[in-house]
Amino acid sequence: MVHSFLIHTLGPVSALSANESRVLFARAFGPEESAQRGAEPEPEPELVPETRRLLQKERLAVVARRVRSVVALGRAASGVPAVECVLGEEAAALGEADVGVLRLTSGEPFAVERTVLWLAVQSLAFCLVCDMHENLLLAEGTLRNIGRRCLEELRLLGPGSEVILKSDRIDALLNHYLPHGQLLFLNHRFTHCLDRELSSYGNK
Amino acid sequence: MYSAGTESLIKQAREIQDEELQKFYVRVSKMLSSKEHCSETIDSLQRLKLIVSATKYARLLPAEVQNKLQTLLRSPGCPEQLRLLCSAVLSESLPPSVRSLSAGLTQDCRSLGSVAAIVLAQAGNKDELLPLCQHLLKCLESRQPEGQICKHTLPILSKIISFFPEILSEDQINLVNRKLVDWLRYASVHQGASLSSGGFFTGPRSRQPGPMTEVDGVVVGDFFTVLCVGQSYTEDQWMNMYAFSMLRKWLLTYDSEGTYDRSEVDSSVMSMVSATSSSSRLLPPKERLREKSFEYCQRLIEQSDRKAIKRTDTELQKVCLIEAVAVMDIICKEDSSYVYRAFPCLKALYGRLSGDLAFARALMPIAQFYLNHSEMAAVDSEAVFRHLLSRFPSEMFNEPLLAFEFVQFCRLNMAVLQERVPLYRQSFPNIFKFLAWNSPALIADYMELLPSLMCRETAVEILHTLLDLPCLAATLDLQQKSATFQAADRVLWDNGTKLANCLEAFRQPSCRGLFLYILRPEAGTGDTIDRLNMLHEMLADMSESPRVIQCAQIVPVLLHVFFNHVAQVTTTYSGLANERQSLHPSLLIDQSRELLDFAGSVSNISSKKELYTSVVWMIGEYLSVSYDKRCTVELITSFFESLEAVLLEITQVRQSTKPPNYHPRVLTVLMTTLSKLASRSQDLIPRLSLSLSKMRTFAQSAPVASCYSEEDIEEIITRASELVNLLKLPNVAQFVLAPSPHGDNPRWHKDTNTSLPHSMRAVSGLLHKNSSFLPG
Repeated sequence: MVHSFLIHTLGPVSALSANESRVLFARAFGPEESAQRGAEPEPEPELVPETRRLLQKERLAVVARRVRSVVALGRAASGVPAVECVLGEEAAALGEADVGVLRLTSGEPFAVERTVLWLAVQSLAFCLVCDMHENLLLAEGTLRNIGRRCLEELRLLGPGSEVILKSDRIDALLNHYLPHGQLLFLNHRFTHCLDRELSSYGNK
Repeated sequence: MYSAGTESLIKQAREIQDEELQKFYVRVSKMLSSKEHCSETIDSLQRLKLIVSATKYARLLPAEVQNKLQTLLRSPGCPEQLRLLCSAVLSESLPPSVRSLSAGLTQDCRSLGSVAAIVLAQAGNKDELLPLCQHLLKCLESRQPEGQICKHTLPILSKIISFFPEILSEDQINLVNRKLVDWLRYASVHQGASLSSGGFFTGPRSRQPGPMTEVDGVVVGDFFTVLCVGQSYTEDQWMNMYAFSMLRKWLLTYDSEGTYDRSEVDSSVMSMVSATSSSSRLLPPKERLREKSFEYCQRLIEQSDRKAIKRTDTELQKVCLIEAVAVMDIICKEDSSYVYRAFPCLKALYGRLSGDLAFARALMPIAQFYLNHSEMAAVDSEAVFRHLLSRFPSEMFNEPLLAFEFVQFCRLNMAVLQERVPLYRQSFPNIFKFLAWNSPALIADYMELLPSLMCRETAVEILHTLLDLPCLAATLDLQQKSATFQAADRVLWDNGTKLANCLEAFRQPSCRGLFLYILRPEAGTGDTIDRLNMLHEMLADMSESPRVIQCAQIVPVLLHVFFNHVAQVTTTYSGLANERQSLHPSLLIDQSRELLDFAGSVSNISSKKELYTSVVWMIGEYLSVSYDKRCTVELITSFFESLEAVLLEITQVRQSTKPPNYHPRVLTVLMTTLSKLASRSQDLIPRLSLSLSKMRTFAQSAPVASCYSEEDIEEIITRASELVNLLKLPNVAQFVLAPSPHGDNPRWHKDTNTSLPHSMRAVSGLLHKNSSFLPG
């Protein structure tokens, strides 16, 4: 299952230091796992909701930073010059996008081991934080699908701020294609049915 | 993409003043109260969502706003956009809404999904998830008319159990097992009714629905799976898709050995029964699910052979293959009788896919299956691993996801690969290609992997390979570019002359051999090559390429791991060697000539201090018939004479004597060893006593006094006198100075006779302090 979905920056952000990344959207699909799951419960001191939320945010920020760093190194290594696509060129932007995966060992930053799959489109990255032993090919397909729709529906190639003002659209996408973090085996007809459902989103 | 405008909006949201925020809350509250919700409400809620999610520290919503959001969320006619916005705001803010929402769970499917999202996000423990969980199971259990099951039941349940698998009772697990069987195996094969606008599950059918088709258009002839297509789907077909989507997770959680296996039936009987599907109705729910899941996977594998019309379906076929093989692997681990059914299917699948690198990722779970079960089934797996280890790294090193999966496969199966697949270690030159290409992402995994590749035969070659890793990175880069750039001019234009030179060198037939060596897939053709410096020269222009630099940065880390591992192995071996020595003192007899020469040579005292002392100690300790029957009196006498000569030479007191250049310990060890030898061949005692009696004079002489400390001098004198006293009682000396080899056993202390030596030792220790026997 997918633990969380993020959209974050890859380029420099004026208010932040050089290596940091601004998380534009983050959705964690469930509570944070305690490291002692499985062992006979010595009840861990329960965190208050305030602290849990804070920890979750900080962990996702760490993931964003790591992905930013790895993407920068990968782009430098490949030496391919950056392409700047504009609105309307979403397909081209996706064609040039890099994809990669990193293992997040236990404690770095989650209590259990996870993997993060990322899709880097120009100066933004879409990430899926998955459990270990997930079907990565399925996760990749799902990520590309959601990434493409986000690019299109939120007009991410343009200068607007829909990504933060209309983030409910992202929630709608996730609700259909990744409900509660469940990756789905969708053939083209299932996808079509979900697309049709979504097309009426936002119209009262 | 990310603009200054966006950044400034985020800043505003974070820094909103409390007064303004409270006013905003009041406005929102009013809007939520009204019956009509217009676009202004949507905008305000979107803004509220930004405000509550932009800060690290959670915002506290006023109770009124929170209540209204919850009410709106749960009202049946609420449009999706409003529901999602309410859900998003409530999830991100405090106080938590878990309890209040869990108290009022309804049958309304749409709102249940949104409520579940909040509960899952905010739950702090198992108890807070219990109401939601029980509600879902109640819905599953009751016989609902079509259209009543919340379509996200299975994803929500799957998410709950991934945190708290113990939340379900055995009955509940079995209930879900039964439902999964129904959906996976017995879903309708006819299409759903044509959809009216909006909504999933429609009312009465308007016309007779047609049959489902396979992805290639052929009418479905078997049961429904995710690879069946139709105009629209019935509820149970949707549930079939959701069920398969969470099947692997479910089986891993509840069907895996040791975790939550609560089967009451004798498993050996069950595995016999499960081998035949016709009797599956008799199986308990867990075993029945296994059987049906297995059939589902087999069907998917067969369906993947069809030529799909749509490209997305081709991709789905690959995805399904990976999942099907993984699920079969889990089932076979639980019940090995399935292995015999699985192998024919998987062998055929391997045969189909192995020729096509487009299916490389689907081959990984197949390789895992072979690794897990081929031994048990006596199936030859060599071809599979050869294909994996020799083709994938050579041809697909630049595919990041395949590289990751390959490296994880190696890492997770290191122990088994080392033991059972010799080709694994031999293929290390190939395996390093993934790392050379993508060092930053994979270095952590290779630090774990490296020791498993090292053995006596490969270690030196690995060391050379590590040092040449940047060359490998450069060569792989050239290989890629050589394939891409046909015309030399294009290269010049894009990348400058440096790359052009390297490419030209790469394409020269005379340099082919060098590059082929670096790119070799297997070890064993030589640790390194003579003309390595030539290769370095040719690649020098690429030394500043980012990929090469990134690779060079991780080489020291790997060298560190390499040498650490070597040191560990050496320590283990030498630790064993010491143990061997103490257990085989017969080596003293075997090597007596060499040891005699060594011990008799005074120069060794200063040049090999520690070793000399150890050797002398060993002679005293182990040269005895009780350790080796070949130890003769002559041998003891030879060693005695040799050591005595050394002692006398180094303790001469003459006018020209220089201060001793050795540690006093050498003296005490020599004296003690000589005494031990003398106690075993008692004719030697008088000679030794004479020598020892001269020790006081020696120790108090000027050269010695000038270089040893007072304590050391005292120690030498007292040790000499102790030994002299002991030697006056030869039989006692024999026991004290050479107890039997088993004297460390506590038993020896309880027995009166055998505890004598230890008592004597203790007594002598007490005695020498008060001794007045010192002659002279």
